[in-house]
Amino acid sequence: MDKVMNKYVKFAAIGAIIAVSACSRPAGQGPAVTDPYGSGNAGAGVGGVGVGGLNSPEYFRSTIGDTVLFPLDQSTLTPEARQTLTGQAGWLNQNLGYSTVIEGHADEQGTREYNIALGARRASSVQEYLISQGVAANRIRTVSYGKERPLAICSTEECYTKNRRAVTAVSPGAGS
Amino acid sequence: MLRRTLLTSVLALASLGLVAPATAQDGPLRIEITDGVIEPMPFAIVAFDEGGAGEFREQVRSLVAADLTGTGLFREIPANAHIARPDSFSAPVSYEDWKAINAQALVTVGVSSQGGKVVVKFRLFDVFSGQPLGDGMQFDASSGNWRRAAHKAADQVYARLTGEGPYFDSRVAFVQESGPKDARRKRIGIMDYDGANTRWMTDDSALVLAPRFSPDGNRVLYTSYASGFPRVMLMDVNSMSSRSMGEQPGTMSFSPRFSPDGRWIVFSLEQGGNTDIYQMDAGSGAMRALTNAPSIETSPSYSPDGSKIVFESDRSGKPQLYVMGASGGEPTRISFGDGSYGTPVWSPRGDMIAFTRKVGGKFHIGVMRTDGSEEKMLTESFLDEGPTWAPNGRVVMFTRVTPGGDGQPRLHSVDITGRNMRPVQVQGAASDPSWGPLLP
Repeated sequence: MDKVMNKYVKFAAIGAIIAVSACSRPAGQGPAVTDPYGSGNAGAGVGGVGVGGLNSPEYFRSTIGDTVLFPLDQSTLTPEARQTLTGQAGWLNQNLGYSTVIEGHADEQGTREYNIALGARRASSVQEYLISQGVAANRIRTVSYGKERPLAICSTEECYTKNRRAVTAVSPGAGS
Repeated sequence: MLRRTLLTSVLALASLGLVAPATAQDGPLRIEITDGVIEPMPFAIVAFDEGGAGEFREQVRSLVAADLTGTGLFREIPANAHIARPDSFSAPVSYEDWKAINAQALVTVGVSSQGGKVVVKFRLFDVFSGQPLGDGMQFDASSGNWRRAAHKAADQVYARLTGEGPYFDSRVAFVQESGPKDARRKRIGIMDYDGANTRWMTDDSALVLAPRFSPDGNRVLYTSYASGFPRVMLMDVNSMSSRSMGEQPGTMSFSPRFSPDGRWIVFSLEQGGNTDIYQMDAGSGAMRALTNAPSIETSPSYSPDGSKIVFESDRSGKPQLYVMGASGGEPTRISFGDGSYGTPVWSPRGDMIAFTRKVGGKFHIGVMRTDGSEEKMLTESFLDEGPTWAPNGRVVMFTRVTPGGDGQPRLHSVDITGRNMRPVQVQGAASDPSWGPLLP
């Protein structure tokens, strides 16, 4: 739980930085936004944000959180993951000009091939959840990197925890 | 490219050693690969310049010796300990002098070179019975292929002394890795079994994984992320051209292997998060599912007669090994130990299955009978995976990864008794070996 808390603290800090820098931009360029993403992402609910603000991929990545984590050998979503994904779905439902590729990953404690399949399961769990939250299926693709692209490179549980993940990468485009 | 001929002049003599009844005392010189701890068999090797050999004489001698000692079954008696000093390939063998230094086998090698060709001939002698062991043989190769001629000679010596099939004149496809662990670059290479003569088959612009030789060695299956998604690719080794196999939008394909006749490809296809095993006609690309389960089914490998497929599935909760018919159907579970099992590979001899097992926080390369009996771990480390069989089914090569942020994969080989574990001499980090067939 400490790690999860740290994550939110970090997101909150990044959110605050965005909010501050957004203040220097002319108000009113972006849509007026209230925080649709719940209480987990403190700092997100600042209105009057311009270009590069709440509708930016950077905001999606850093403040909502583009990454959800999975327990060892699991692909079911934790309550924390669902919370983050609810935020992702909200953003995607408001920013229809973006499509996503969900990247599933595994830690290094498995064979290369099984880990590709496991990463695919994780990506698919995320995909299904986003669809259940109203994101159109044709805006979501999945890919698995298995253990090929770790985020953290040490060989202890501290890193493995971060590597068992699915990352929702958004890019301009309305989907296929 | 490579031609072999019997040295007919010694044919009559040579046959004597082979017709003797194969009793323990009187049979031909033989070292057996068994589970017991064995002393490597001491042997001597002498090479002669049969005309124009130059540096090839010593190069061939030392490569034949390296092939033999590399098995862990043989120990070379250094030349400075030799008593006999024969002056030519055809000089009579002074058995007493070789006995005196306890050389059980003597290999004589003749090397000549002319017009861009190298000719390697050899004879093998059972020192203590005072007889040749089999016929002398000769191999011709282009100068650039001199190593193959030497490997062929060494293969003959190995086969006669062990009773096992040859494997030195073979190649291994593998992945070379470079760059940091979180941004690894990978490219596929093909090298001689001993790490020499590497030829790069892809660049490292796209992530590539797990090359797998076709049974004839002319094609390589692999997985590429060039499209942004893992896809099974088929490469022609000679032209180095690749094409994508069984492309289906919204799916991922990986973990391919050929059938023993080269007509079929089995692989994993992922669809909507679920991975099953499919079979594809290597010619037409027509495909069909062999498994249909909500669990992960991957790493399929054919039996050498093509009738069965061993694969990995987590249908029981943890990845375990299963065998099914080559056209699918209800599989039989064959692994029952603790932990998880993966990457099963059927031995080319048909008698065993090699696999990766993770148990107690360690990884092992292991072997078992094809019904799951006689399971035995050959290795143990932080991370060993992905065994591949030598063409004779007596040695497996695999990837060993060292832990930590600067951890690197290296290729290692070990024989099926768990002895003679050794790194393969590859430059840089390497993974995912696939041992090709014995070359013609």
